[in-house]
Amino acid sequence: MLADLGSGHPGGSLSSVEILTAIYFSVLRHDPKRPDWPDRDRFILSKGHACPVLYSTMAEAGYFPVEELTTFRKLDSRLQGHPKAGSPPGVEMSSGSLGQGLSYSIGQCLAARLDGKAFRVYCLLGDGECQEGQTWEALMCAPFHQLDNLVAIIDRNGVQNDWYVAETMDLEPLDAKLTAFGWHVIPVDGHDLGQLVDAFEEAKGITGKPTAIIARTVKGKGVSFMENNPDWHGKAPSKEQAEQALAEIGE
Amino acid sequence: MTAVSPAPAATREALGPTLKRLAGEGLPIVVVDADLGVSTTARQFREAYPDRFFSVGIAEQNMIGVSAGLAAAGKTAFCSTFGVFMPGRCFDQIRVSVAQPGLNVKMVASHGGISVGEDGISAQAIEDLALISSLPGVNVIVPADVVEATQAIELAARTPGPFYIRTGRPKIPVIHDETYRFQLGKADVLRQGSDATIIALGIMVQPALDAARALEQEGVDCRVLNMATLRPLDEAAIVAAARETGAIVTAEEHQVHVGMAAMVARVVTANDPAPMGAVGMRDRYAESGRWDQLMERYGLTSDAIVREVKAVLARKTGSDGRK
Repeated sequence: MLADLGSGHPGGSLSSVEILTAIYFSVLRHDPKRPDWPDRDRFILSKGHACPVLYSTMAEAGYFPVEELTTFRKLDSRLQGHPKAGSPPGVEMSSGSLGQGLSYSIGQCLAARLDGKAFRVYCLLGDGECQEGQTWEALMCAPFHQLDNLVAIIDRNGVQNDWYVAETMDLEPLDAKLTAFGWHVIPVDGHDLGQLVDAFEEAKGITGKPTAIIARTVKGKGVSFMENNPDWHGKAPSKEQAEQALAEIGE
Repeated sequence: MTAVSPAPAATREALGPTLKRLAGEGLPIVVVDADLGVSTTARQFREAYPDRFFSVGIAEQNMIGVSAGLAAAGKTAFCSTFGVFMPGRCFDQIRVSVAQPGLNVKMVASHGGISVGEDGISAQAIEDLALISSLPGVNVIVPADVVEATQAIELAARTPGPFYIRTGRPKIPVIHDETYRFQLGKADVLRQGSDATIIALGIMVQPALDAARALEQEGVDCRVLNMATLRPLDEAAIVAAARETGAIVTAEEHQVHVGMAAMVARVVTANDPAPMGAVGMRDRYAESGRWDQLMERYGLTSDAIVREVKAVLARKTGSDGRK
């Protein structure tokens, strides 16, 4: 998909594969045939550059034909280079400028509570994205409003656009910071589907506060030359590299 | 149309009471507040609807995002702060979270312009209209008085899509009576005229009317347009003004090089070119002071409009300024 095109963000997509798999195939109450169902759970991709994994997962879930994935980033495609709300239906929010998804999720959660609706909102953030000031405005806001219908998942892959997070602007101790802000924090191995599903289940039982799942992941997971390598944040593989990558992942 | 109300009022005073009334009529209004709701009057909504009033603290970026999320879930989301903070502090959030998806977020920015007064230049929004007008799909309204502000807020609440409404701090004359009907995207012809047209915005509408009356004494017949909707701009009214009066002066409480003057000039030059002049902030910042003193010092007065009209009339080709 990315090799064919020559652009895109493979690293942060591969680190989120199991997270989105757990959400779309186990956690979310949704109906791909009714993407505008008012009572659906929402998945908000705040780290919009990881839309290849969003589109791939949505296609597998039945939102649109898998064949359409080859149109990604091309003229006239519904699969825009960063997510555009409603394109295709089921993409909840326009994103791509980091830091905006959690605020949006809070608005959805406030509306759900106001209307007495039971839907829950799942928001995926990157760890580099947690350097944005707006993210911390939102991290402060959600516990203040006691939004127990909100789950933030942080894809803690440790690598951002240019370099390693820890050497760019370190986030640690992230769990202590989130706990201090009033979140219920659950650390998991973000590539372990069982741990992920258990964490989402645990979050449903938490009342009076939102839950943050810190998912330890490997950027570029499954592809030897991409793993933990900052070079692969925003660069597409060549045809040969893509063939090797797909062979390693065992597509 | 120009009946004078006994009591001057600030345009910002329209927000709280109007939102309470509209919620009472069943509109799904919610308010997101960033700690300036007393000044913008949005906080009055909280008295009647505490569960629909959401405080985010001093965090304008989050305010926009939360509003967008509420709007996406079916609410008519109003948010308000000062014009210096919205769009300035949260421009990218407005762009990506509100404007691009076209969400039902109503941004009401009070304390527009230098008429904020003593608080000084960090508090004086004179570039907000340029920023917000750069975003396709955002309706931009600058009411001239509290009657128009009330109607603009109601229209925004009843019309899908993003709106930006700029209100002001000082009490100013009430130009319209209750028979007035604000129309989105339509310039309001406050006075017909054939020698020149003054296109005024917000707080500059009353000085424009005063200038037209003063020029009448000198035999100059001025048309006055209240261009309360800056976006979408009433291009037909501008083209007609250029064609029928042959001279245009804009008046705004904003930087002219990126403000209404520039927007009107684009329309005029693309159709029937006519000489133009601009009253407004001329590529500089103001300072602290009483608001009426600032308006005087920075040339935002009826006298300044009169001078500008005369200067433009002198540039009308081969004439003494009269048609």
